[in-house]
Amino acid sequence: MAETDYRITRRTVLEGGAATCLLLASGLPVGAQDAGATITAERVTTPISKIPMTLRINATEQALELDPRTTLLDALRNHLGLTGSKKGCDHGQCGACTVLVNGRRINSCVSLAAQHEGDEITTIEGLADGDQLHPVQAAFVAHDGFQCGYCTPGQICSAVGMLEEVRAGWPSHASTDVATGPAALSDAEIRERMSGNICRCAAYSNIVAAIRDAAEEV
Amino acid sequence: MQPFTYERAGSVRAAAAAVAAKPEAKFISGGTNLLDLMKLEIERPTHLVDISRLPLDRIEETPEGGLRIGAQVRNSDLAADLRVRSRYPVLSQALLAGASGQIRNKASTAGNLLQRTRCPYFYDRNMPCNKREPGSGCAALEGFNRMHAVLGASEACIAVHPSDLAVAMAALDAEVETSLPEGTTRTIPIVDLHRLPASTPHVETTLGHGEMITAVTLPPPPSGRQLYRKVRDRASYAFALVSVAAVVEKNGVRIRRARIAMGGVAPKPWRTLEAEYVLAGAEAADPAFSEAAESALAGAVGRGSNDFKIPLAKRTIRQTLAAAVEDA
Repeated sequence: MAETDYRITRRTVLEGGAATCLLLASGLPVGAQDAGATITAERVTTPISKIPMTLRINATEQALELDPRTTLLDALRNHLGLTGSKKGCDHGQCGACTVLVNGRRINSCVSLAAQHEGDEITTIEGLADGDQLHPVQAAFVAHDGFQCGYCTPGQICSAVGMLEEVRAGWPSHASTDVATGPAALSDAEIRERMSGNICRCAAYSNIVAAIRDAAEEV
Repeated sequence: MQPFTYERAGSVRAAAAAVAAKPEAKFISGGTNLLDLMKLEIERPTHLVDISRLPLDRIEETPEGGLRIGAQVRNSDLAADLRVRSRYPVLSQALLAGASGQIRNKASTAGNLLQRTRCPYFYDRNMPCNKREPGSGCAALEGFNRMHAVLGASEACIAVHPSDLAVAMAALDAEVETSLPEGTTRTIPIVDLHRLPASTPHVETTLGHGEMITAVTLPPPPSGRQLYRKVRDRASYAFALVSVAAVVEKNGVRIRRARIAMGGVAPKPWRTLEAEYVLAGAEAADPAFSEAAESALAGAVGRGSNDFKIPLAKRTIRQTLAAAVEDA
């Protein structure tokens, strides 16, 4: 039986890339020459100029030139090699991409890199002090607060930001009276405040234990 | 995502003018909803004007005794503000019942009000949707419509407005301040900001192109007890099936005045004056609560999977009122 080789080689990728470049240079819509590509047929093909920007990440200034469409997450992962922040849903629902911006936790996947010039961005790579783990990192290790680990950087960054919110006296949906704020960081409070971070392995009980523990140390 | 150009606005005036200059331009602030939709190419702006750094991030006292909330105040800052928590607790409760900690840290006050529906057919480009593609039809009418509207909908669209904040704002008689491209301003009562779908569900608000929300003002805090009750499929981080914002002022055993707005049931935050009329002067007990609930849902139409929302909304109104009068 004849075998068909479906493997993609480095050469075919290079050729494919070159063909796309030629199409772009011809000024014709890429999709117009490929009947199968219905979505690309309506794309604007005018090249968009990149935006020069400086992002301050983990206390280091990074000069970049990026397509305006680049999310903060893609800037971190694809342009700066900081792959600790994870891409889960890419729609702000799972929390795997959580980073700290000016000390506050946000979803870096629904945020444009260009919007963060001048911000202090901290990723999972910037939490430890040399070999000394951040207390929340250490607590996740001590309590086995993960299984596959994919959501863990987001969980940890989220927990660091969340504990800061608690320290500032912010109430949550689990607080009985918003006027007075949280009486104590109960497990119900931790679970409510961490609901923006999904763990597919369902390591939740150990995550809650780790955060409960870290809350006393941070 | 479709390509676009990006600029950071230097002033309110410049921002409004920059959007007005291009028909496919949009404002971006927190971006939590807009970028989500842009990735799916449901939103396809060719130019984004970033307004997130404009100096509209303060909450100030008004001379009348209310609060003026800058359009760029983040949801988390608004929910945590001590004046909001003590004088307008229904607003904090509503905000904290919505989204996640990460989203609330990014999402702006104005962006929350202008967020778009989460109707699955609006999100699915392979399905008809009059909101996404005018004239294509509404797949939700005969489809999976468990989350959809029972009030204010039309044959063209039965999507609901997803905001919790807007529901509390409606109960508090908030007003929206806007800046127009030509430099003028106007004030819109919150209940007039969103439009009902009728035959044009793609036109969602009464704002013009390039008109920018600069603030939301709250009148002096109303007397009485404020409560936000949200019923949803998950305990956290889920949109409302039904929500009720209630402000109830008692006078002895009677209700002096009640204000009620509902979320999750209509294409806009749904203030129910009929129920408020029933409650004014009535004894603060169940016969009046039930009558109010019946009148609030009098015109409700179920579409099959969402029929349950009608009795659920009635029960939620009764329950919220009962809780509100306990120590109002």
